[in-house]
Amino acid sequence: MDMPKPDAHVMAARDSIVARLRAAVPEGVISDPVETRTYECDALTAYRCTPLAVVLPRTTAEVAAVLALCHGLGVPVVPRGAGTSLAGGALPTADCVMLGLARMNAVIETDYENRCITVQAGRTNLSVTGAVEAEGFFYAPDPSSQLACAIGGNIAMNSGGAHCLKYGVTTNNLLGVTLVQMDGTVVQVGGPWLDAGGLDLLGVICGSEGQLGVVTEATLRILPKPEGARPVLVGFDSNEVAGLCVADIIRAGLLPVAIEFMDRPCIEVTEAFAHAGYPDCEALLIIEVEGAPAEIDEQLAAIKAIALRHSPVEFRESRSEEESRRIWLGRKSAFGAMGNIADYMCLDGAIPVSELAFVLRRIGEMSREVGLAVANVFHAGDGNLHPLILYDANTPGQLEKCEAFGADILRLCVEVGGCLTGEHGVGVEKRDLMPVQFSQDDLAAQMQIKDVFDPAWLLNPAKVFPLAVTASRRAA
Amino acid sequence: MRPGDELELAEALRGCAGRVFVQGGGTRRIVAAVGQRIETSGLTGVRMYEPGSLTLVAGAGTPVAEVEAVLAGQRQRLAFEVPDLRGLLGRDGVSTLGGVAAVNAAGPRRVQVGACRDQVLGLRYVSAAGVVVKAGGRVMKNVTGLDIGKLLVGSHGRLGVITELAFRVQAVPEAVATLVGACDPGSGLAALRAALGSPFDVSGAAYARGRAMIRVEGLAGSVAYRVQRLRGLLGGDWDVVAAEDSDILWRKVRDVTAFAGREGTVWRLSVKPTEALSVLNGIEGEALFDWGGGLIWLLSEADMHAVVAGRGHATRMRGAGAVFQPEPPGIADLTRGLRAKFDPAGIFGGASISSGKED
Repeated sequence: MDMPKPDAHVMAARDSIVARLRAAVPEGVISDPVETRTYECDALTAYRCTPLAVVLPRTTAEVAAVLALCHGLGVPVVPRGAGTSLAGGALPTADCVMLGLARMNAVIETDYENRCITVQAGRTNLSVTGAVEAEGFFYAPDPSSQLACAIGGNIAMNSGGAHCLKYGVTTNNLLGVTLVQMDGTVVQVGGPWLDAGGLDLLGVICGSEGQLGVVTEATLRILPKPEGARPVLVGFDSNEVAGLCVADIIRAGLLPVAIEFMDRPCIEVTEAFAHAGYPDCEALLIIEVEGAPAEIDEQLAAIKAIALRHSPVEFRESRSEEESRRIWLGRKSAFGAMGNIADYMCLDGAIPVSELAFVLRRIGEMSREVGLAVANVFHAGDGNLHPLILYDANTPGQLEKCEAFGADILRLCVEVGGCLTGEHGVGVEKRDLMPVQFSQDDLAAQMQIKDVFDPAWLLNPAKVFPLAVTASRRAA
Repeated sequence: MRPGDELELAEALRGCAGRVFVQGGGTRRIVAAVGQRIETSGLTGVRMYEPGSLTLVAGAGTPVAEVEAVLAGQRQRLAFEVPDLRGLLGRDGVSTLGGVAAVNAAGPRRVQVGACRDQVLGLRYVSAAGVVVKAGGRVMKNVTGLDIGKLLVGSHGRLGVITELAFRVQAVPEAVATLVGACDPGSGLAALRAALGSPFDVSGAAYARGRAMIRVEGLAGSVAYRVQRLRGLLGGDWDVVAAEDSDILWRKVRDVTAFAGREGTVWRLSVKPTEALSVLNGIEGEALFDWGGGLIWLLSEADMHAVVAGRGHATRMRGAGAVFQPEPPGIADLTRGLRAKFDPAGIFGGASISSGKED
């Protein structure tokens, strides 16, 4: 993967840049190359690059000072929440200052009557819920990295999770942000009310992958926790039928909090690893519903009636906490189980639910042609696929083969009406595939937004947009 | 002009020098209509509808009623309850999807499912320069690239001409019931907040003319259960109105029928629910509350832009004077910058949206 050549002037001025950063944030600058190496990659570990320096500010004012300084010197800045991006969204460049939010993890205000919380952007996703659960509330978006990932990163990527079928993704649960622009200007966008006043700036900031500014504080919607939840497990003898069952459940207006899908390769690997007692079948669904016990019974009865019309090989209801835990055990172990047998690459394409069976069949055919196994485990209710391509990183050429296969699967997703990424983001990983989904005009329209927020194109360089289409802007 | 398709529209805009304004049915416009009119009545029709994927794609000029009829055939609907503001604004005409998106319409269910912006999966628009642009897509989850669709939705026709919209739709629930209780504004609004803070999945919370209204929807057994639990939680006397009778109540809230045909300036205020009463302190006028107090419809001649500044925002829906809340300097700069990029010649409007002026 290509990255732009580091700016020689910036590289040569390293010592003076570090000194000026230290003056701005005395206790928060890391410049020792051994220590800055800690920040060489995010969760997309295939790509690494040690940044020029790392700054860990504690306040919005410090972030503004750092950005103003870098802006004045023409130094690129890569913001980083917790570094859990699977797309390389926080991959440094050699000439960048990495701006880490890890020390900005405070709760600023909880407001139960207005159902919102304001936090610093380095706070982890799960600890937002942690701050409000004693009062019976939770923060809904739940990316699987929620123990580690930061709210600032969630906003940058517009993160989803298993429960967004019912509760929406980050953009539907975000009320306001404090945004620091590249030139150090601080703006409050939105607030603890529902409507935007003028243009929906918050809507375009969310999911902009650090291209427009650095979010230092966020006001998030919190929701009252449901009284309870319970899953069922349904096994089918084909992906097609499982896909039809998903469509029928959704169409009937039942809104399960999650519908997870696993195919045979995934079931077999996780069963061998976690021994969850899953049935021997081609596809299985884990469907979870929420409410009081009687409400759960009512929803599950309706789901059962629909599922039985599709002749499942198994319909397993949970009668206890332990049985619920076992239903989720395999699903929750799936990624670990895969990692145990091979290296894998996790894709994130999204497709219309109606294309589920076709796309899974095509992925199977492509897998046989390429000679790399694929296991599918994903959020079926909203069509967000996570094909895991298994490969061996130690065999020369396998990573490249795997990446090429992954790109073909994402092209397939776009062909059937879907998109390259449902919740992980573009980052560097899918940057060069953007023309598959967007025309040059579409990309130009997106880039003109960045032109307004970051005219010098210094923020999070070489991400989201293909290098070829940004070349003239980066050179300017 | 009345382009017959997107390409015709693009061509017309490429050759366009003066001011233009976009018009669907003209039922909900609150900004000035200056220059040549671009009608969207040639950009119509439901182009794709997959009930099993909860997805509908239609031309921006498609009447809302047509879309609602198609959805009703499969017992589905637009989740965000499109208000019919013809009575309030004194308009006739046929509301279109494009107009709904242009103002980011939202009804009482905003507290549960969000506004139009939350249900638009993607859109196509033609820029001021006559370039066709696609934003988002037609799938439920999509974080590919910058979310331009969010900017277009709610832009009041100032950034481009929306030509096609993809919506996430919702199944019509089996049952609906509304708790109705007579109370003073203070205790009524407190009851709304308590209900919204409960686990009982409230889909409407309004207060008007001495009555609080709290709605739940879903499977019949679940609705009955939650009605009973809410009664226990809130205390006091609550009547229960179900089915079509409940729908009639909420249509009145949604369409602000209480102010239809009345003289005077109408404001729409967006504030913190707990400040619903304090922002109205000393203001002469009549108020209706939705979204648990987060939305206030106000019939008053007071300058609400000044009153609400820093605590939310006020939009003058009807009456003479600035429409939008003036924006703070940093935000105004961004708005101006975006409008200059999207529409360098200012064909969709000369002045900044952020100045609050109509143009």
